[in-house]
Amino acid sequence: MYPRQFDYVAPSSLEEALAALDANPGAKVLAGGMSLLPMMKMRLLSPEMVVDIGRIGGLGDITDNGDSISIGALVTHTEVSASGLVQEHGAALATAASWTGDRQVRNRGTCCGSMVHADVAADQPVAALALGATMVAASSGGTREIAAADFFVDTMMSALEPNEILTEVRIPKAGPGTASAYDKLGRRGGHTDYAVAGVAASVTRSNGSISAATVAVTGVGNRPVLAAGVADALVGSDGSDAAVEAAAAHATDGIDVLEDLYGSVGYKTHLAQVFAARAVKAALSAAG
Amino acid sequence: MQVSMSVNGRQVSGDVEPRTLLVHFLREDRGLTGTHVGCESSYCGACTVKMDGKAVLSCTMLAVQAEGADITTVEGLAENGELHPVQEGFWERHGLQCGFCTPGMIISAVTLLEENDNPSEEEIRRGIEGNLCRCTGYHNIVRAIEYAGAKMRGEEPAPAEWENA
Amino acid sequence: MSSTSVLGGVVRRREDPALIQGRGRYTDDVKLAGTAHVAFVRSPYAHAQVSSVDTSAAAAMEGVLAVYTAADTDHLGPLIAQVPVGALRPLLNSGTVKHVGEAVAMVVAEDPYVAKDAADAVDVDYEPLPAVVDLKQSLSDEVPVHEGASNTLISWVGPFGADEAALAELQEGIEAAKQRDDAVVVSQEMINQRLIPVPIEPRSVMADYQAGYDRFDIYSSTQIPSALAGAIGKYFGMSMNQVTVKAMEVGGGFGCKLNVYNDEVLVAFASRQLGCPVKWTETRREAANSTIQGRGWVATATVTGTEDGEILGFELEGIADMGAYSQNFTVAIPFLGLFVGSGQYSFPTYWKMDCVTTHTMTTDAYRGAGRPEAAYYLERIVDMYARRIGMDPAEVRRKNYISADDFPGAVSPMGFPMDTGDYATNLDAALETAGWSDLLAERDAARAEGRYVGVGLATYVEVCGFGPSGLVDLGFSWAEYQMPSAFNGSSLVRVHPDGSATVSIGTGPSGQGHQTTWAQIVGDGLGLDVERIRVIHGDTEEAPPSIGTFGSRSAAVDGAACYEATGKVRAKAARIAAHLLEASEEDIEFADGAAQVVGTDSSVSWGEIAACAYQPHRLPEGLEGGLEAHAIFSPGNATWPFGTHIAVVEVDPDTGDVDLLRYIGMDDCGNVISPMIVDGQIHGGIAQGIGQAMFEDAVYGADGNLLSGSLVDYILPTAADLPSFELDRTVTPSDINPLGVKGIGEAGTIGSAHTVVNAVVDALEPLGVTHIDMPLRPRRVWQAIQDARA
Repeated sequence: MYPRQFDYVAPSSLEEALAALDANPGAKVLAGGMSLLPMMKMRLLSPEMVVDIGRIGGLGDITDNGDSISIGALVTHTEVSASGLVQEHGAALATAASWTGDRQVRNRGTCCGSMVHADVAADQPVAALALGATMVAASSGGTREIAAADFFVDTMMSALEPNEILTEVRIPKAGPGTASAYDKLGRRGGHTDYAVAGVAASVTRSNGSISAATVAVTGVGNRPVLAAGVADALVGSDGSDAAVEAAAAHATDGIDVLEDLYGSVGYKTHLAQVFAARAVKAALSAAG
Repeated sequence: MQVSMSVNGRQVSGDVEPRTLLVHFLREDRGLTGTHVGCESSYCGACTVKMDGKAVLSCTMLAVQAEGADITTVEGLAENGELHPVQEGFWERHGLQCGFCTPGMIISAVTLLEENDNPSEEEIRRGIEGNLCRCTGYHNIVRAIEYAGAKMRGEEPAPAEWENA
Repeated sequence: MSSTSVLGGVVRRREDPALIQGRGRYTDDVKLAGTAHVAFVRSPYAHAQVSSVDTSAAAAMEGVLAVYTAADTDHLGPLIAQVPVGALRPLLNSGTVKHVGEAVAMVVAEDPYVAKDAADAVDVDYEPLPAVVDLKQSLSDEVPVHEGASNTLISWVGPFGADEAALAELQEGIEAAKQRDDAVVVSQEMINQRLIPVPIEPRSVMADYQAGYDRFDIYSSTQIPSALAGAIGKYFGMSMNQVTVKAMEVGGGFGCKLNVYNDEVLVAFASRQLGCPVKWTETRREAANSTIQGRGWVATATVTGTEDGEILGFELEGIADMGAYSQNFTVAIPFLGLFVGSGQYSFPTYWKMDCVTTHTMTTDAYRGAGRPEAAYYLERIVDMYARRIGMDPAEVRRKNYISADDFPGAVSPMGFPMDTGDYATNLDAALETAGWSDLLAERDAARAEGRYVGVGLATYVEVCGFGPSGLVDLGFSWAEYQMPSAFNGSSLVRVHPDGSATVSIGTGPSGQGHQTTWAQIVGDGLGLDVERIRVIHGDTEEAPPSIGTFGSRSAAVDGAACYEATGKVRAKAARIAAHLLEASEEDIEFADGAAQVVGTDSSVSWGEIAACAYQPHRLPEGLEGGLEAHAIFSPGNATWPFGTHIAVVEVDPDTGDVDLLRYIGMDDCGNVISPMIVDGQIHGGIAQGIGQAMFEDAVYGADGNLLSGSLVDYILPTAADLPSFELDRTVTPSDINPLGVKGIGEAGTIGSAHTVVNAVVDALEPLGVTHIDMPLRPRRVWQAIQDARA
């Protein structure tokens, strides 16, 4: 309940924040704090410095870039779930944000923070994977773009370097016939709490068959991860229930499924398949 | 560090360590002990306060993060001795027993009704899922929020269940 | 009773205005100048030899006032227990620690943040030892929890009081029944998992030793203020009257604040040593390993019956987890289960629970305390039997009930006399309210559509309202706490010279609405507006000694004392009023704040009566001055509430996710003082039973680490997880107290867990599922479906 001491800075510009990170390799970035502060309160994490980016202007917007939308570093889950732009072009992410934590957590927690925290059972990272998002990371040396597929590296570990700040999650706009969906079983049942298993899917339907698909699963392995086997099986299929269910059987192909308090390997494998089918069907239904 | 913010309409300031949680600043420095601490994992919601119009967890914020913010705690809800309709609802519909979750629950309900003045039972239940209560089974909390919603819409609240019995 | 009885009516709670405005005062809200704060150093191992404790770095930190280890506190002795069977807890332990979270050292600092910093700086070396967590393994004594002692502390065998010959005869009778041609034997091993009570207010204690007066003020979030005062006095060689315990607002208890804890003694010790107020408030994760837990049974239930629903015998044999040390009631909890081992039924029952130690936190009273466990096994196996013989589960129960005609005078097969009961009427009322036959038809229609909808029913009898002061003879004594035979109710009612009244009472509520209920009883008895009545409880200086609030006892015991004290005051006031009004005492009635001569408009206000009472020269001959009375109430028996609960669920067979659609409760707690408060108690009780059925689980790893020690993994039901509850009641007044009340604090919990499990098993019956252990998390339900299909 009582964090250890740390130094605190709340810079007003991104440059100052990045300089602070450069100067303090032990520093942690604080945005909404919904993941960082509980860990600090339990002293599971005790950074020497906290760089609060909450006072930096220009990071709190969801912007339309023409061919993509950008979610800034300070955009909360509440804002993501309520955003018409996100609902239109990244329904899986809007849904995932609406099922993240509870109302109070959604009011403070940020989409970018959820990505960086990279919890094995979080909702939004798989939506980013399925949507083919790009992570924009800033450092004092400039910015770099990291494909979502390369961003989630290991258990609670992202590709972000200690001196970088994730300033933006960029989602390509959904073209005609493309839609996405997310479905999961939460730890307390239904959709609430972290995912026991969850699947996000984005599909494109053209000329009566599926021309593109990206599917990702959460809660089952050591990180949010793409389920390439499902996507491969979907592409070229007619999107019938039978085809979807056959494809969903590949939900954990190549994934090292891990047991936890909420599910055995067999159960999680099964759930990944169930929710792969449900998410893909929902996406197909939305794609029209 | 110096921190200043508006708490229940009054400008306040204090000298805190960076690690001081907002809830400790409110309780210890400001003496506003109505805001409670019930867990350390950001799950129970007993510490919920309204910050810039939104329900937030004061135990999962540093006091310094609230610099310049507008905070309302349960102590700041009643105006001129008039209970807020949500407070009235909790009293009228037995929405509390031990009362420990109540301040956070009430703040949560106030913001819920500010966002949606006519929520369904399901919307109420989802709206307060970040506030744990161990006494009431939530049954009468839902009735209390329904009561308050009706009052805030200028409608007559449904009679209490025990009035029907 | 007066003509304007408020009993049975609804009065808005008097405690609420403070609580809804954030003005309630809980222990952690108390601020005294110069208060120091405590943090404990706790063992990360379930079983380990402490080889060294180095406090030097911590003690040298700025702001640290003291660091104490066992060397400083061992002279005080271990933590006292009411039923001291088994090893008692050392206040601090620098020897062999026995569970994760056991306190090894205590830091006192000027600030809670600094106290925690210093606690982290205490350097303890541990040599880990093998731990035993599994109950069956503990029973084998392979790994002793306490060197040189058996892990089995006691075995409770019922019927109560039966000698070996009687038990042998009973068992032979059940064995013979099993050999009958028409015998149906249903047996199932079931786990009733360990639970963490989790009142939303963490425990908190503050001690203020005043050296100049040689006395203590202790502020504690406790259900038993008097016992705490007695205990603190005992540790420091002081009388009870040198220790004032104030339990102000208590933010939920559910039994876990029904212990005197080592931290309470240690905080008092530190205050005496340092000469300043000292406070400690547990953190939630700390609480998981240092506040008592509940349940933790594994047992096999067996029903032997006929094909047409007559049950010939019930047997329960199992093991109950006591944890590492015995605290207040610990080994007595399964004994409370034995009380209701045969439920509301008349069939022969053999019951045996072995109480074993493990390298885990102590278990003790958690809402229901032994009775939910006992009811769970009984009601699950009776349901399985009904399913086996294809009979309506309601019908099977009705067929085996103790008849209403057997009251008064009914004695349960476990050997306990019961006060009043009418189980069949209650069952019928529940079936009617729920629309039982429609429910079954709807379930069948859903099944025909391929949906897995289930309807579960369970009934229960509870024993509560402890109780007779004769319980002392069964080993329940508070003598260790300087409170011999404290199972009485105790209440003092005083009318002040201005005609207002105060009732002082020894209860220690934590949300039960005593400010309102006691005022209703006094107001009703005196014809006085409740607004003119002050209630004082949870304060050992102000209130007469009584043992506090637990076991659904307050209304039936202290409430009865309050009623009787009120009656004494009224009787005296009637004499005074008759004197003032020149009327006959028998013609005086009290209402609307005054005494009135029946049938006339001749009246005198309470203010005038009281003024007279305090001016003895105006009193009738032979009457003493003053207007107050004390009553001790010792009931002749405990009370036996009962009820019927019904749940409707739907299961998603692809995920195992359970959706609770409806929950109906038909409870009978005798007369009802406040329907509003009684229903509230039932709501909360049901939610905790559903919590056990579906969500909550104190999961220990094989190494004795608690894997679900924070609210992230110890899942409590939220509003979104529960439906609104549909409640109604039957009323069968108790005959052992003048109010006819029985107690309702635990009933909802005792009735609900098995109701939900019965419903889920019903839903999955078409798949062949017969039992699933709680909690019915999706993974378990799904696995049960797979196992049944295999």
